Amino acid sequence: MTDTLSTGVTRELDENALLDAYRTMRTIRAFEERLHDEFATGEIPGFVHLYAGEEASATGVCTHLDDRDSIASTHRGHGHCIAKGVDVKAMMAEIYGRRTGSCHGKGGSMHIADLSKGMLGANGIVGGGPPLICGAALAAKQQRTGGVGVAFFGDGASNQGTTLEALNLASVWNLPAIFVAENNGYAEATASTWSVAADNIADRAAGFGMPGVIVDGFDFFAVYEAAGEAIERAREGGGPTLIEVKFTRYFGHFEGDQQTYRASEVANARENLDCLKRFRSRVTETGQVEAAKLDAVDAQVADLVDAAVDEAKAAPKPTAADLETDVYVSY
Amino acid sequence: MPVLTLSQAINTGLRRALEDDPAVIVMGQDVGGLGGVFRVTDGLQKDFGADRVIDTPLAEAGIVGTAIGLALRGYRPVCEIQFDGFVYPAFNQIVSQLAKLRARSGGRLALPVVVRIPVGGGIGAVEHHSESNEAYFAHTAGLRVVCCSNPQDGHWLLRQAIDCDDPVIFYEPKRRYWSKSDVPEDPGDLPRFEHAQVLRDGGDVTVLTYGGMVDTCLRAAEAAEEEGHSLEVIDLRTLSPLDIETITESVRETGRCVVVHEAPTFAGLGAEIGAAVTEHCFYHLEAPVLRVGGYNTPYPPAKFEDQYLPDLDRVLDAVDQSFAW
Repeated sequence: MTDTLSTGVTRELDENALLDAYRTMRTIRAFEERLHDEFATGEIPGFVHLYAGEEASATGVCTHLDDRDSIASTHRGHGHCIAKGVDVKAMMAEIYGRRTGSCHGKGGSMHIADLSKGMLGANGIVGGGPPLICGAALAAKQQRTGGVGVAFFGDGASNQGTTLEALNLASVWNLPAIFVAENNGYAEATASTWSVAADNIADRAAGFGMPGVIVDGFDFFAVYEAAGEAIERAREGGGPTLIEVKFTRYFGHFEGDQQTYRASEVANARENLDCLKRFRSRVTETGQVEAAKLDAVDAQVADLVDAAVDEAKAAPKPTAADLETDVYVSY
Repeated sequence: MPVLTLSQAINTGLRRALEDDPAVIVMGQDVGGLGGVFRVTDGLQKDFGADRVIDTPLAEAGIVGTAIGLALRGYRPVCEIQFDGFVYPAFNQIVSQLAKLRARSGGRLALPVVVRIPVGGGIGAVEHHSESNEAYFAHTAGLRVVCCSNPQDGHWLLRQAIDCDDPVIFYEPKRRYWSKSDVPEDPGDLPRFEHAQVLRDGGDVTVLTYGGMVDTCLRAAEAAEEEGHSLEVIDLRTLSPLDIETITESVRETGRCVVVHEAPTFAGLGAEIGAAVTEHCFYHLEAPVLRVGGYNTPYPPAKFEDQYLPDLDRVLDAVDQSFAW
């Protein structure tokens, strides 16, 4: 069965927790918008896929996680990394291809990984991550850590065999795994309304014997609520869940994408649905957080991103000799 | 250890690895209850439990992907792929994830995963069940590719592969599963898995081979001796990285080189070896490096298998060609 949750219901989060969630979402937004500008200068190598607009998903899920939990990410992975606690400056340096980056400049935007944070890696292969999460969840189950594995993947990956194999494996082994299908409407330029042969990705959960949930991806509280239930169930041995998060990405598939395949939905989303705006109005209207404290977070985040870019630009690049290291272990 | 078949030697290798290290996990379709298609994992689930010898659904990408996730979380998984041709559904996970995670993480992530694959023909099976696909993986940096040819290597190369922090594609020639030999309790003087081994000394022609063709080449060397030709037979054992030093040393002595494998010769391991030998031994060569292998066709139905697979006569023909150059 697929349930649509009421977004009005949420668990109690205290002021500090709300500020933390806001800081994470604001950091992702500022990081991505800055990359959008910086990429246009030509200084950033490779492809960059931005997560702006989708912040509530990574944040709503990862707020429930700690270092014993693993996540696998996608090509659009900056938000997942930040939400899972990967160092923002090391990420920026990695995207700039510098030796001080999370992966010493050898991963780039699409392959940021930090095992110490349970971040198993962004992934350039669509559908590459879900099977890995079965392994991480199986490890947590065998070691009885209480940990869970979360696979973030997109609507494109929902049609990949690896994702479907992973959903089946997770159910067969009753794994503490959560599959978060981030449906932003397009796999590159392919519309999910056409490519997904069901009304919703979450409808497929029934075929794998697990609960399927659809949430409004622009609403942090809706994601937080749905993820909390799924993660709690997984930690208690109740098995996997498929959560479909629906929203729109604010930028193109990649930086430079002309986006001839979609029309005005972004402007509407930015104006009327934006997760940061909604979060702010909600917590200020209920009196849970003063606006001035949110403004202070905005300023701190802006400084952090400025510093991250400055430091990345000043950091050393890998050398030709670095090409031949890290392929095999040394004996 | 007593005299063991190759299948038993690998089984014992898995058993010892499971005993020695609680991080080792054996996984694959039917490895538990059934004990594997070729009974290589026979009895392991009974003795080590279903958490350490894990039956999986038929889902090769899922099996290898799960193994990668386990490895990232501290385990040393050994996956079984039932037949050579069944590894293709897992190809993307192996080539795009398993082989590359270490490099793309700047060395921060190690992937101690072994993927065991029964390989090659000679048992009357068809395509998908008889293929030699080692070149695909040897071409992929980040993977070590190992192929055993006898019980002692089946046991000790596997043990070393499991101990290795790199991913290893471990080939087992299925036609040799029932061959027997003594397996030492200690690896002692056995060369490590990065090294080739000279199995028969000879001064006239260097024959480079591995897996199911090793026995054929040793028999060819006996036959050649009767005709007055002395063949040096080298079992390559590790196909990537290649032990070019041992190869070069031999070819510089003999001046002639024949590479023998079951896989099609076009863009096969023999092509790489031929080029490497030419580069390293050009002024020592009396003849071009010759290749004996499968034809550049899909693997044939069982009744054509004998025509397809290199045999003793085709090896000896190549030796004669080398002398006639």
